[in-house]
Amino acid sequence: MSTTSRTDQPATAAPLADQATISAEIAAHAAEYARSGRERIVPLLDYPPYRSSLLRHPTKAPYQVDPEKLERFAPVFGHSDVDPLEADLTIQHRGEPLGERIVVTGRVTDGDGRPVAHQLVEIWQANSAGRYIHQRDRHPAPLDPNFTGMGRCLTDANGYYRFVTIKPGPYPWRNHTNAWRPSHIHFSLFGTAFTQRLITQMYFPGDPLQPLDPIFQSITDPKAREMLIATYDHDLTQPEWCTGYRWDIVLTGSSRTWMEPTE
Amino acid sequence: MTTLRPTPGQTIGPFYGFALPYPGGPELVPPGRAGAIRLHGRVLDGAGEPIPDALIELWQTSPEGEVVQRPGSLRRDGWTFTGWGRCSTDNTGTYSFTTLRPGGPVPFFALTVFARGLLDRLFTRAYLPGSPGLESDPLLSALPADRRETLIAQPDQDGYVFDIHLQGERETVFLIYPGQPTR
Repeated sequence: MSTTSRTDQPATAAPLADQATISAEIAAHAAEYARSGRERIVPLLDYPPYRSSLLRHPTKAPYQVDPEKLERFAPVFGHSDVDPLEADLTIQHRGEPLGERIVVTGRVTDGDGRPVAHQLVEIWQANSAGRYIHQRDRHPAPLDPNFTGMGRCLTDANGYYRFVTIKPGPYPWRNHTNAWRPSHIHFSLFGTAFTQRLITQMYFPGDPLQPLDPIFQSITDPKAREMLIATYDHDLTQPEWCTGYRWDIVLTGSSRTWMEPTE
Repeated sequence: MTTLRPTPGQTIGPFYGFALPYPGGPELVPPGRAGAIRLHGRVLDGAGEPIPDALIELWQTSPEGEVVQRPGSLRRDGWTFTGWGRCSTDNTGTYSFTTLRPGGPVPFFALTVFARGLLDRLFTRAYLPGSPGLESDPLLSALPADRRETLIAQPDQDGYVFDIHLQGERETVFLIYPGQPTR
């Protein structure tokens, strides 16, 4: 790990906006979306409140193309790729990690509700103090020697995944002054087709940082945003052990078997 | 028909480096193996600056043109060609895969692009220059010439170079597939 420093800001950094400015920009985009009368359930790529998007979003419309055979298939992952123990992020070191132990589970389906079976799910996250083990994370919160914060699993025959982990903390970032990311777990998912690839973030219910966060708010449709918030499920909790959250994921489109009956 | 609304994407963020890249990720075949080629390039922003925190995933057919459906991409055994790989960009915005030349009627590399600052993944294709059938490909033939060029890799001594411009005059053509929600 690199040495943490509170003073290693680049000397040439432009002055940062404050939260009120960012919040006003977020509100303006929300109002514009409400006025538009159309439905947009994906994040905007051109979303200036998220400052890093300014030079990193395409300005031309994507070109719609029928998928070739290659794109109607996805890579296959198996038990040679993923050890079942990788789904428990709390057993990767000698001791118990600090924080609130949780189960996170749910079902991966396609747009028809068909399960995405035996497919790879990857997660990564900050520890309970809001610190990533990544070298570039300079947030002066403690690293946890018993927590790395990455896990993998394969969905089962019915499309279910299940991880045991620690509830991540919020953390500061430099999008604007006093910017804090709401607690979240990064999820990476594959479908049965290349076209269904998804990387997203799962959020926790009732987090007061969500309305302030330009990454979460880049999805301007409120119902679409809610799809990223897990549900606390007391039936998933285990006495004297952990609490539990349920989060289902829907990938775009239909599964390959429906699209390509002749192959 | 598709009835469920899909879960929205979110940016990969800055801190995936300890989680998603893995040993052997960019090496679909071991470097130096007979027939091995290199597909490499830079990922650039709207100012032409390299993006050092992007992640590229590659999906391709075998040299025989088959769509491979074999596990083993995450723990490569050195013998099984899985058709899939993953590579993060380095400090110069460069990614580099070692792989085999894809086969099929009009072969291409299917690429997925993720980056900090990019709020959702992007799809594109890198076609091989000089392939027969390139002119009649439904995608390429529908594009104006200057846009078409952004999807055709350039040959070099080891294989192919394919730069990805997220924005700017040479912005790469990115793809959306039927049924996917629009912006």
